[in-house]
Amino acid sequence: MSNHLTNLTLKIWRQSGPNDKGAFESYPIASISDEASFLEMLDVLNEQLIDQGREAIVFDHDCREGICGTCSLMIDGQAHGPQRGTATCQLHMRKFQSGQEIVIEPWRATAFPIIKDLMVDRAAFDRIVEAGGFITAPTGGAPDANLIPIAKPVADASMDAAECIGCGACVAACPNGAANLFTSAKVSHLNLLPQGQAERWSRVEAMVETMDEHFGSCTNHGECEAACPKNISLDFIAMMNKDYRKAKFKNRKLIAQI
Amino acid sequence: MNMTDITTTDMTRTQLNAKIPAGPIAEKWDTYKSDMKLVNPNNKRKFKVIVVGSGLAGASAAASLAELGYQVDVFTFHDSPRRAHSIAAQGGINAAKNYHGDGDSIHRLFYDTIKGGDFRAREGNVYRLAQVSVDIIDQMVAQGVPFAREYGGLLDNRSFGGAQVSRTFYARGQTGQQLLLGAYQQLARQIGLGNVRLFNRSELVDTVVIDGRCAGIVTRDLQTGAVESHAAHATVLCTGGYGNVFFLSTNAMQCNVTAAWRAHRRGAYFANPCYTQIHPTCIPQADDTQSKLTLMSESLRNDGRVWVPKNVGETRPADQIPEDDRDYYLERLYPSFGNLAPRDISSRAAKRAVDSGRGVGPLKNGVYLDFSAAIKRLGKDVVQERYGNLFEMYERIAGENPYDVPMRIYPASHYTMGGLWVDYELMTTVPGLYAAGEANFSDHGANRLGASALMQGLADGYFVLPYTIGNYLAPMLNKPIPGTDHPEFVAAETEARGRYQQYLNIKGTRSPDWFHRELGKIIWDYCGMERTEEGLQKALSELPPLYEEFQKDLRVTGDGESLNQTLEKAGRVDDFFQLGMLMCRDALERKESCGGHFRAEYQDDEGEAQRDDEHFAHVAAWEWTGDPMRATRNVEELDFETIHLAKRSYK
Ligand SMILES: Cc1cc2nc3c(=O)[nH]c(=O)nc-3n(C[C@H](O)[C@H](O)[C@H](O)COP(=O)(O)OP(=O)(O)OC[C@H]3O[C@@H](n4cnc5c(N)ncnc54)[C@H](O)[C@@H]3O)c2cc1C
Ligand code: SF4
Ligand code: FES
Repeated sequence: MSNHLTNLTLKIWRQSGPNDKGAFESYPIASISDEASFLEMLDVLNEQLIDQGREAIVFDHDCREGICGTCSLMIDGQAHGPQRGTATCQLHMRKFQSGQEIVIEPWRATAFPIIKDLMVDRAAFDRIVEAGGFITAPTGGAPDANLIPIAKPVADASMDAAECIGCGACVAACPNGAANLFTSAKVSHLNLLPQGQAERWSRVEAMVETMDEHFGSCTNHGECEAACPKNISLDFIAMMNKDYRKAKFKNRKLIAQI
Repeated sequence: MNMTDITTTDMTRTQLNAKIPAGPIAEKWDTYKSDMKLVNPNNKRKFKVIVVGSGLAGASAAASLAELGYQVDVFTFHDSPRRAHSIAAQGGINAAKNYHGDGDSIHRLFYDTIKGGDFRAREGNVYRLAQVSVDIIDQMVAQGVPFAREYGGLLDNRSFGGAQVSRTFYARGQTGQQLLLGAYQQLARQIGLGNVRLFNRSELVDTVVIDGRCAGIVTRDLQTGAVESHAAHATVLCTGGYGNVFFLSTNAMQCNVTAAWRAHRRGAYFANPCYTQIHPTCIPQADDTQSKLTLMSESLRNDGRVWVPKNVGETRPADQIPEDDRDYYLERLYPSFGNLAPRDISSRAAKRAVDSGRGVGPLKNGVYLDFSAAIKRLGKDVVQERYGNLFEMYERIAGENPYDVPMRIYPASHYTMGGLWVDYELMTTVPGLYAAGEANFSDHGANRLGASALMQGLADGYFVLPYTIGNYLAPMLNKPIPGTDHPEFVAAETEARGRYQQYLNIKGTRSPDWFHRELGKIIWDYCGMERTEEGLQKALSELPPLYEEFQKDLRVTGDGESLNQTLEKAGRVDDFFQLGMLMCRDALERKESCGGHFRAEYQDDEGEAQRDDEHFAHVAAWEWTGDPMRATRNVEELDFETIHLAKRSYK
């Protein structure tokens, strides 16, 4: 049976647009079921605001199943809140207590400008993928799917990386606003697979350099891994760095002549 | 609205022509491809194609069309194409690869899909779907989709409801995510190369028809509120399904019918709106703040056993109820398919169990899905390997550990088989306007089999549209098309601006969500898992006044010049209202039970759906007349040349 939390105070970042300065505002929540999700609590608050003729709080969300990567809240200074390996939308109120004050902010990172209130623009992630996060395999003409067996551990490792949902928590959690965890997950997903070998070196080069254009540099804080809702491992950053160094040192023209 | 209008609607038998190529079923697609008109590679760049939606259907179509050389503009209301709802699909994708030598074939997948759809789908389309299914897997593996593998390195498969072979490919519990990332990456490559222009956070709010052809679309920029026109030679809608009409569903929060509905209002027929799928394995509603329901993949039914207590009013916890006091009702009623009975059948069986007072959980609104036998048989490790992430997801939401206590599940709205009517080329009744993926009605008849939506979205986008669009464009070479300064575009823009301004101007007392919830309740109660003439009449008498109230008493705060999610929602709820009326009318007119459309009046002695092939072996394609309550019902007769119509039995 559901219990209720009472007397919560939400301190929420309000900012009317990209050029507004923005400020915190406080909102009381008298009572909310512990079965409610964190975002359902915001839904309830928004309904109240509309009832009072006030503008609803803007926040990004869609699947509410932890898979689309749209939700993006800093809760009490933690990206996606207190529960490890959990996206904001899967966080439930049973993880909080009556009487608590909860501070809610948008992702803070230079590469993610604020659009309004708690919503940011993460298009820089797409630029990284457009630079090389793909295998050139035009439609039609692919060989039979079982032609190249892939050892299970390799397929599994690739899948571990591919689970990244592109939420940006890693960037928000990083003191430097670096996107190395995201980029390394994208690079490793493809660089681990036999199908990804042909473009392995050009891929890592293009993606890392595009990342550097938009985001800060990684100084190995490791905050990203702790914030990641999909538990993407720091090992992928090591793998990406190794591939990047190799790509830089390789004289690929020579190799092509062999 | 006058009730007699509804019951006496004249069934206008305008026959629709699906343009299915003649000849034996296995040769139709090849015949089409060898007969179709071609656009020379150098001329392709002279054509502009608009693709709305970037899910599996949209991303694959846009990437393939751009690879061919067409200029492509992609629109999505999401911030990134990768967020489309396809990302949430868990279980898998079907393909007739027969990698396991268990008797699968193109014909069998074709047959299973027609039968699964309760003989209400078009043979020609479904056969083609089964044919190209094998290419999809090849394509996705080449693009780097890390499908599950066996230890020898070959692809693994699992079984899904409604099939007796193992033909479902999967990537852990995130198949949709991995397939969408594959298609999105192909799209991203084309964006990077400058062949595709991406318009994100941009919502289609109207389509424009000039001289009988689709001339383009009108969009609203969600960040600035700016309404703009875009002209093209052809437009493809890949905008997903309308399951959110029920308010509570497994769909992502933003899924909506607006694109399809606005096209419908401009002349595209809407087919079989009453065919909606209620998925049997979702987490039951916990309380009234609930904003959406979460699906537990159907693949769980491979190893989980569904049961309820035999006794009404049972109070013991699950593990203390002895075997003799449990009713494994799916195994009892459908011995050959057991827990893998198709979705519609499993859903209704669950509803009956709960309605009989034997529901489980604090609100008595669920049935058990029990893994204890599987854990005993296979060991916890194997179960964890297969379903670990689903179990975790369940625990996060329900707060119970399914390794120790059985999951609780209940049916929820999940997928919509109905959608824009399209012919064999996936063209709607508006020339130059196409619909693909869940947005069209084409392949699943009255019920979709698990793991077949991903297959259809990718089939449409990768392997059908790139051919059929060329056939339409070829004769348009070097002919001018109307520009966005054409009066029709200007009028559509003005109308759209006025509509959004009006939502702001009403200044009533109720939020869009309030109306959506009320609408959803009516549709769920009367046009959900079980429908009756009386209930549908009741819904049709309640909907128009509620819609009128929406138009008079809506409250949207904020403005129209910056990002305003309340305003976005208002537009979507408006279209859901109109669709809801059409759904109920469609359900009322279809006086038979088939697949997901179960009319209580039409059932056999054992409570199974009773089709009426003599009168209803057709598609109902509704034509807009200015009011959904007065839409005209046209039909496309379904010819079964290859498969004999039979009673759909899973006993
Ligand atoms: C929880 C869940 C699990 C599922 N699991 C499976 C499974 O295991 N196997 C399977 O086969 N199927 C599954 N399905 C069904 C399947 O995921 C969907 O049917 C399919 O992915 C739909 O793809 P689509 O490309 O047609 O549309 P979507 O992926 O829904 O994409 C729609 C796109 O259109 C855009 N759009 C919509 N309207 C507008 C507009 N007005 N303006 C601009 N853009 C617009 C959106 O931004 C989005 O990009 C599942 C569905 C759900 C809900
Ligand atoms: S690496 Fe983790 S935190 Fe970063 S974008 Fe991917 S899922 Fe989000
Ligand atoms: S809303 Fe999709 S991951 Fe949170």
